[in-house]
Amino acid sequence: MSALAKKQESTAARLEGLALPKGGAWATEAREAALGRLQTMGLPQRRDEYWKYTRPDTLTQENAPEASLFVSDETPLFDELDRLKIVFVDGVFDAGQSDDFAGENLTIERLSDVAEADIHWARDLYGVLEANGQTPVERPLAAMNTAFATDGVVIHVTGPVERPVSLIYRHENTTSDAILHHVIKLDAGASFTLLENGPAAARFNKSMEVDVADGAAFHHVRAQGRDHERRAVTHIFARLGTESVFKSFTLTVNGRLTRNEAVIELTGDDAVAHIAGAAMGDGDFLHDDTVFVTHDAVNCESRQVFKKVLRNGATGVFQGKILVKKDAQKTDGYQISQSLMLDDDSQFLAKPELEIYADDVACSHGSTSGAIDEDALFYLRARGVPRDIATDLLVLSFVAEAVEEIEHESLRDAINTRLEGWLERRRG
Amino acid sequence: MLEIKGLKVKLEEEDKQILKGVDLTVEAGKVHAIMGPNGSGKSTLSYVLSGRDGYEVTEGSATLGGEDLLELEAEERAALGLFLAFQYPVEIPGVGNMTFLRTAVNAQRKARGQDEMSAAEFLKVIRAKAKTLKIDADMLKRPVNVGFSGGEKKRNEILQMAMLEPKMCILDETDSGLDVDAMKLVAEGVNALRDEGRGFLVITHYQRLLDHIKPDVVHIMANGRIVKTGGPDLALEVEKNGYADILAEVA
Ligand SMILES: Nc1ncnc2c1ncn2[C@@H]1O[C@H](COP(=O)(O)OP(=O)(O)OP(=O)(O)O)[C@@H](O)[C@H]1O
Ligand SMILES: [Mg+2]
Repeated sequence: MSALAKKQESTAARLEGLALPKGGAWATEAREAALGRLQTMGLPQRRDEYWKYTRPDTLTQENAPEASLFVSDETPLFDELDRLKIVFVDGVFDAGQSDDFAGENLTIERLSDVAEADIHWARDLYGVLEANGQTPVERPLAAMNTAFATDGVVIHVTGPVERPVSLIYRHENTTSDAILHHVIKLDAGASFTLLENGPAAARFNKSMEVDVADGAAFHHVRAQGRDHERRAVTHIFARLGTESVFKSFTLTVNGRLTRNEAVIELTGDDAVAHIAGAAMGDGDFLHDDTVFVTHDAVNCESRQVFKKVLRNGATGVFQGKILVKKDAQKTDGYQISQSLMLDDDSQFLAKPELEIYADDVACSHGSTSGAIDEDALFYLRARGVPRDIATDLLVLSFVAEAVEEIEHESLRDAINTRLEGWLERRRG
Repeated sequence: MLEIKGLKVKLEEEDKQILKGVDLTVEAGKVHAIMGPNGSGKSTLSYVLSGRDGYEVTEGSATLGGEDLLELEAEERAALGLFLAFQYPVEIPGVGNMTFLRTAVNAQRKARGQDEMSAAEFLKVIRAKAKTLKIDADMLKRPVNVGFSGGEKKRNEILQMAMLEPKMCILDETDSGLDVDAMKLVAEGVNALRDEGRGFLVITHYQRLLDHIKPDVVHIMANGRIVKTGGPDLALEVEKNGYADILAEVA
């Protein structure tokens, strides 16, 4: 039996007994199509090239590995911001804790409601960007998400929206296994900020499909929870129209396994996509950023900025690609992935890639892995800054390039405060 | 104030002796200058005194105000009042100059059991001091030394010194890379800090700086030792004749 046939067989065994969520005709059709994709590809396995650095087994096995609840007395992130709150507890929308879905230029619906109704724009997006993102690299867990997602929000932005929408995740059940799928559509000229934070579930599979029409601007700032034992795989699929802007930043601290995939397609001329992340790992931690940016239009700019701070045996993974298609002239592509190792036990595995078919482009990429700069450390200490605080300053200095990708100052400050808190708690 | 006796230092990593018995005392209120050929050990002395890793003291002692410096961490030496203006100030991207300095000032105050300086007070003081050194507000906001010209970096060192108000200031070639006007500014910055309670050790290759910062004592360092000590005239002699005569004389 071929390797693929074996994979398909074990996938069939895994999916046996799993029923697709109920929904209207279009939703069922989309889910069945996704299930078909999944059955053909098979669930990821350790031998897969795309999973070379990150073992997928805990993400694919039948039951979610138990994850204890994370308790913290820290004020919740973004607490002081004026925002529209939408709360999910273990992957289930909680109306009681959420604000009303109301706002100018904004329509929000719960996925499970939309699946019953025929909302044409949601139908045209749900699973569509995901399916499109399955080539040239397969992302079976995203297909699984489209097939089995039980909840989520669909958000339609028709113009400028000032007040951010904030998705807040709460984890209350130690064995919860949540699959969420959000769909976001920005009409031409619309602008919108989406926030996400909180521990979501023991195991979390989340997808987000974002359609950014011409001249629209989407900002996304996410902080994955501080829960130590979570296992999470997330996908962002984005399609960018002419002169549109997409900016996404993710802060990741803790977590046994977190794989964040981003699949961005620049399809309109003069579009801008920035995707950045800062990950802080201490101990039994694996953080994987897998990013695929496709330039398929003229004069677009893309930036990937990923920083990982690792200690006590933590592992960081980066797989990043810039694909520049034949007619994507004047592409400006940048990619940097760096790790800062605070001890000798940690590891950083990086696979930066460029694939360029156009001839008039400026693309650069780099990947480094290093320790704290001893000269800088001494300089700070010679001014009286104690070693531990000096080290933390240098850690903040290291991640600054990623954090600076956040455009809104108040959000940037909120993230920096979080980072400082995380470091401070480890100062002992 | 600063008392160095028979200080011998080798590199930790390799068996290379760099300081071969340095004796030097800087009294409070005095300015001592050290001159000497490239590679004679001047910067090494300043690093060893301020607590940089990588050196091993094999013999001798160094005390500041009677306290054993060599037992202390770099940050403890700073809090005790030792300051080194670096020959090559370090760039630290992502850390604002102001944040850096306020962290340093308050860390030292905390170590000495003093109250921290409030953000408002700090701002007021630093603005005034920056102005006299012609450091503009923009430079204060920028990351530490990043994109600073050579001269700006040196002026930034003096600003840090002015903010930290140390007891013992070591200036390692603070004049190198400075234009004539900047040299004056830096010298004025240093002279403004001169007082009875404070000692200075100025490492330099040129008389120029010593025209502005008048030393009380001049030492010549060669091959890891202080080989000659004299008055201000000694610097003039070096300026005129180089080191050959002096080295021949002590050989
Ligand atoms: N980390 C090191 N590894 C190897 N050699 C070193 C190291 N640090 C200092 N040295 C050597 O020790 C000697 C003294 O160096 P140092 O920098 O103290 O000289 P200096 O007097 O400050 O010179 P300059 O006037 O050029 O600044 C030199 O020969 C130098 O190469
Ligand atoms: Mg030197």
